[in-house]
Amino acid sequence: MKEGFYYLPPELPQTPEPDQDQDPWGETVIVGSPLPRVDAYERVSGSADYPSDVNLPGMLYGAILRCPHARATIREIDTSIAEKLPGVLSVITSQTPEADIGWHYEGDKLVASLFDVHCRFEGEAVAAVAAETPHQAHDALRAIKIDYEVLPQVSDYRRALDEGTPSVWETRDRAGEPDFYDQETDNRSGESQIYERGDLETGFVEADHIVEETFSTESQIHVPLERHGCAAKWDGDKLTVWESTQGVYSIQRRLAATLNLPLSNVRVICHFVGGAFGGKLQAGKYTVIASILAKLSGRPVKLFLSLEESLLCVGNRPANQMRLKAGVKNDGTITAIEFEALGSGGAYAGSGTGALDWQIRDLYNCPNVRTTLHNVFINAGDQRPMRAPGHPQCSWALEQMMDQLAEAIDMDPVELRLKNFTDVSQARGNIPYTSTGLRECLSEGAVAFGWKEALSRQPSDDAVVRGVGMASCLWVAGAGGPPSTVILKYFVDGSVNLNMGASDIGTGTKTVMAMVVAEELGVAVDRIQIEHADTGTTQYATSSGGSKTVPTESPAVRAAAIDCKNQLVALAAKDLDLPIDRLELRGEVVVDIQDEEKKVAVSGIEGLRRQQVLVGVGYRGPNPDGKATCPFAAQFCEVEVNKRTGEVTVVRFVGAHDSGRVMSRLTYDNQVYGGITMGIGFGMTERRVLDHQRTGKMTNLSWHDYKIPTALDVPADMTSLPIDTIDIECNTTGAKGLGEPVTIPTAAAIANAVYNAVGVRVTDTPINPTQLLEMIAQANQETG
Amino acid sequence: MGTNKENGSRSKRRGVSRRDFLSTTGLGIAGLATRGPAQQETDPDEAVVGAGQRIPVTLHINGRKYRLLAESRWSLGYVLREELGLTGTKLSCERGECGSCTVLIDGVPRYACMVLVPEAVGVEITTIEGLLNGENLGDVQRAFAENDALQCGYCTPGQIMSVEGLLRTNPEPDLDQIRKGVSGNLCRCGAYVNIFKAAQKVSEERLRSGGSA
Repeated sequence: MKEGFYYLPPELPQTPEPDQDQDPWGETVIVGSPLPRVDAYERVSGSADYPSDVNLPGMLYGAILRCPHARATIREIDTSIAEKLPGVLSVITSQTPEADIGWHYEGDKLVASLFDVHCRFEGEAVAAVAAETPHQAHDALRAIKIDYEVLPQVSDYRRALDEGTPSVWETRDRAGEPDFYDQETDNRSGESQIYERGDLETGFVEADHIVEETFSTESQIHVPLERHGCAAKWDGDKLTVWESTQGVYSIQRRLAATLNLPLSNVRVICHFVGGAFGGKLQAGKYTVIASILAKLSGRPVKLFLSLEESLLCVGNRPANQMRLKAGVKNDGTITAIEFEALGSGGAYAGSGTGALDWQIRDLYNCPNVRTTLHNVFINAGDQRPMRAPGHPQCSWALEQMMDQLAEAIDMDPVELRLKNFTDVSQARGNIPYTSTGLRECLSEGAVAFGWKEALSRQPSDDAVVRGVGMASCLWVAGAGGPPSTVILKYFVDGSVNLNMGASDIGTGTKTVMAMVVAEELGVAVDRIQIEHADTGTTQYATSSGGSKTVPTESPAVRAAAIDCKNQLVALAAKDLDLPIDRLELRGEVVVDIQDEEKKVAVSGIEGLRRQQVLVGVGYRGPNPDGKATCPFAAQFCEVEVNKRTGEVTVVRFVGAHDSGRVMSRLTYDNQVYGGITMGIGFGMTERRVLDHQRTGKMTNLSWHDYKIPTALDVPADMTSLPIDTIDIECNTTGAKGLGEPVTIPTAAAIANAVYNAVGVRVTDTPINPTQLLEMIAQANQETG
Repeated sequence: MGTNKENGSRSKRRGVSRRDFLSTTGLGIAGLATRGPAQQETDPDEAVVGAGQRIPVTLHINGRKYRLLAESRWSLGYVLREELGLTGTKLSCERGECGSCTVLIDGVPRYACMVLVPEAVGVEITTIEGLLNGENLGDVQRAFAENDALQCGYCTPGQIMSVEGLLRTNPEPDLDQIRKGVSGNLCRCGAYVNIFKAAQKVSEERLRSGGSA
């Protein structure tokens, strides 16, 4: 299948001097080209080994029993019937000595138990079983009898601080444990966080127009197609875990700490992961539970959660309520921004407002800013980072506000954003960015979209009308950084093994890294074998999150390739009896640059033949001092609104992204399409619905009711416009993060387009026909 | 759910329907759920099978015959993955919502999580592995690779089977028909746009080469 896919580069970058700093790349040959994924074969043939595909001899199936109530205390658990059912090998509860383990949610602040007697959200783990088949495991779960005392709950974060609201932390976990929340039984989670610069009052006085609005976003849930889970196998006191994760090393660390094992006794492997989006950065209780079940049963255990469990228990993007007030001069200068927001990370995770205010602080030039973030506990599953935590929510508010300001001063929304452009990070003490392509994202994106023409279209009286909208963004992270170690094995025939700890979560990490090796060494991409994401055999890497994998790993891979190249040239220099600086690696031949007749094929280099394999090592160097590195973007869209039904169809999208150098064109574009798709879900269909009034339980526990975008919900007309910024400072490949900014401005752009179409501003996600129809009717009444 | 509608094929299906099977065993769905795996004495001559008991079945998958002992409550998806090692077919929601377990049954895309073992008897089942020719990719698989019609790849086998099924009944689908054809297959990574492209490319290729796959 690889025939015609890959080719050798016609020329190669120069070999650097020994000990010389790596020069930034100029034009690249392989890097940036549209090569298909190096692991496409595995992914389309069905041969890719995802952790959920693991099938070990004698393997059992684990399942977890979960509290069906939003808040309850367990009076009694009876597992006697379950234990006797056919095929059942282990049943564990809080009464099982081996399972009496403390559990930390965020940091080490909140201490809970692996199996809690006090259940603080629907889906809290209360027991688990291992059986010969998953069906027998679920039979056993149904046979466990639990006597719950159901307690009053609070699931609405907006009501969490109201007088008389039940307290999430009123009941205590473990006798004798210190009570961390003794004084905080009013559901407040920590002090409110305040950020302030300049003088807000002065800023508002200077403004010609002040706009104030309250926005809200609903909770979005990751729901990757491969559910969370793992297979665990013991060999004596050594544990091997195949876990569907974004970071094998973070799982290893957590498991070793929880089970009190040395790191060397815990091996975590994940060659493929079926979607993650931030929800698989950390070990869940299920990983520990599978390990305990396997230990007690003396057999390997595979434990994967159900869709219902993945909607309830393994994280979400918190819902947020945001009040935003901004002042603008008639010339478009923003004079002041005030932002106050509320959120909840659930019953355990401390924060529901993580990174929520970053774009308020840093996207637009503004001397006078104040943000206030409040956090509360509710009886609901804990949050986990989800694709650009905090940013799409903030964008929903800020980018609609920008359009409101533009309208107030009768300015093109793109012009207003350009007017308030800044190339320094104000929230980091006004340090400059290594690069910022936001201006180009805005101006070139507008041209590619046909913004001016679309904006000047005459309004129509038709029942079905079109509108256009846009929004821009930055992502707080995306610089990457140390540590990372990469090892390249250069075989005697010139083929290469690349060894790195990083995951490829579908973003194309392996493909990008193979292209970096090909760029430096001239080896064809299909002659590179990649060994990755295995704590037993690959080098340390941080988890793939924060859009940092490519900017973190690609410089380390490049350094390892250059190390290989230097060693090769040194060995060839001995054979040719020439100084190193006269030699250059070209494909599989080392050539004298002064006399091209003098050369030696790589496979003929005596030193390499003797040692058979040459090992190159690369490290990720530090980021530049005193500078910030962030990706930027602007997205433009056109929608069609049916005024009679309130239905909105997204017709087309243009995503103009500055993520530094484009490393792999196909996977780059695919990230842009995918981010926009997820943003369409966030803006238009996705919301966790909790029964606030009565039970606190989630009422839309399925993909029919928790709707993620289908093939019918996305426009086929999507354009990815890379703003290929040359950033020679951020790192040695010039790449910045991409996976998260792609989903930040999407929902706000749609809301702005809906406003442009029908003159109705939807301030609460998701934009849906019922809500919109009512708003259109209301607007008609007011104007008519 | 375009491709996964019954399309009137139910009546034409060979084998035992779920309803027939349950009525011959004398156990309704409610019975299965509430009685659990209680052991029942079984006379081998009597066609009464309790939950948790295994019956011999023969399945026809990718042109091969598989004989195995299976519980009647096992889904085809479970059998493919956990009993036969054909893990190319993915299970995700296991409730007929996501399409990651899509296989072809007598050429029609069906959710393998919604097909119980007795229903899988007497029909031709094609899985993602069945599209390979030795180690070589089938044309739909190849088009998915070349057009990057995937990211994490977990929904991909199901997407590919839906496109294969669509093209078998409609060799020249327009964009709208392609969208409907894969609308029963969720992709959380959002690779839909490239999936549309891949389907269009295969359709064009097949028409150029005279309609043969």
